[in-house]
Amino acid sequence: MALDKIGIAKRIAQELRDGWYVNLGIGIPTLVANYIPSGIDVEFQSENGLLGMGPFPIEGEEDADLINAGKQTVTVLDGGSLFDSANSFAMIRGQHVQLTVLGAMEVAENGDIANWKIPGKMVKGMGGAMDLVASAENIIVAMMHTNKHGDSKLLKKCSLPLTGVGCVKKIVSNLAVLEVTENGFKLLERAPGVSVEEIKNATEGKLIIEGDIPEMVIN
Amino acid sequence: MINKVVKNVEDALQGVQSGMTLMLGGFGLCGIPENSISQLEKLGVTDLTCISNNAGVDNFGLGLLLQKRQIKKMISSYVGENDEFERQMLSGELDVELIPQGTLAERCRATGAGIPAFYTPAGYGTEVAEGKETREFNGKMYVLEHAFKPDYAFVKAWKGDTAGNLIFKGTARNFNPLMAMAGKITVAEVEELVPAGELDPNQIHTSGIFVQRIFQGVAYEKRIEQRTVTPKS
Repeated sequence: MALDKIGIAKRIAQELRDGWYVNLGIGIPTLVANYIPSGIDVEFQSENGLLGMGPFPIEGEEDADLINAGKQTVTVLDGGSLFDSANSFAMIRGQHVQLTVLGAMEVAENGDIANWKIPGKMVKGMGGAMDLVASAENIIVAMMHTNKHGDSKLLKKCSLPLTGVGCVKKIVSNLAVLEVTENGFKLLERAPGVSVEEIKNATEGKLIIEGDIPEMVIN
Repeated sequence: MINKVVKNVEDALQGVQSGMTLMLGGFGLCGIPENSISQLEKLGVTDLTCISNNAGVDNFGLGLLLQKRQIKKMISSYVGENDEFERQMLSGELDVELIPQGTLAERCRATGAGIPAFYTPAGYGTEVAEGKETREFNGKMYVLEHAFKPDYAFVKAWKGDTAGNLIFKGTARNFNPLMAMAGKITVAEVEELVPAGELDPNQIHTSGIFVQRIFQGVAYEKRIEQRTVTPKS
């Protein structure tokens, strides 16, 4: 069965490593914070100026002066810190943040990503996404494999305006885990019960299938 | 001590005229100069170019100036959460320049720091880089981005003193210190204005040298856009 959003978040959480600073985008990526593997210490960076971001505040303790990049009220954990926006993006462009997880409308087989604009329809802006994808060494995209019409979002070439070029390293979708290689999307894992054939049919870009593809293990 | 205090928001906005370029601090509705925005609305100045990370919501923040058609151009990184904005932009009534958030922050910083331009990797290969100089450093491509030329900067701090020193709270800091550096005239409004000497110099975020006018703000709403909580168990 294809994964739901929580399943995608749980699978991405398995990619976290001890000692990493991590920036989570809005949407599915935010959920990753709920499934940090035990025995691992990570700190979450929020690009509006917060490191060591904690869970939502206890009801009644919310503070208008303490929000995340999605404008949600949050808390600061012990050891956290606050800073201005230039410092925040110094952390990002300066590659002090080890992992960026973000959503996408389209990803191309060469690692291009589009997630900020649908010309003539939706123009909300790129926020910090362009800085993040241009700089991060390690970018994981959390996304649905197809859109609501069933069309693939893993393409030969993006049709929407790009957010960044050749930057996505890994994709965790509702159907599969894929690595972006020089030769295309390399299939690493299948969602539980999803066949290679289903993934093939849902992928427009070049899909590389080598040997037996294991199923994801999700608790 | 050089005294930066002005009596009220009316005095603080002396000299603001139609057609000017203004910087306004804040991220979403967090740390926005509420009093200065209200006064801009009251003054009725038009054809403004506003540099601000976001554009407020429909009935608050910069959304107030958008509703009155006082803004000619917005320079921002993210403008969701504002239907009137989207309508004016898609219909072509409003000129909009969307730029990456880190580029926006660094352009503000550069403006105040005497740096005319700098290279950043953000936006390379995208429409943001169209028409801009690009250059390779160590095998990676970068885009040349320029400082701004703002007339006024409006910032909001938690505490300030009569010398113009500022301390911000939580994530309400965001673009405020950078824009404070950048304004030809920087107007700071604060929740609590204290005599010089009361703030610990070790804790100052923005030095008074960057602030031309400071005033005690009033009636802060400090609206929350997304109230998210953990239920009491």
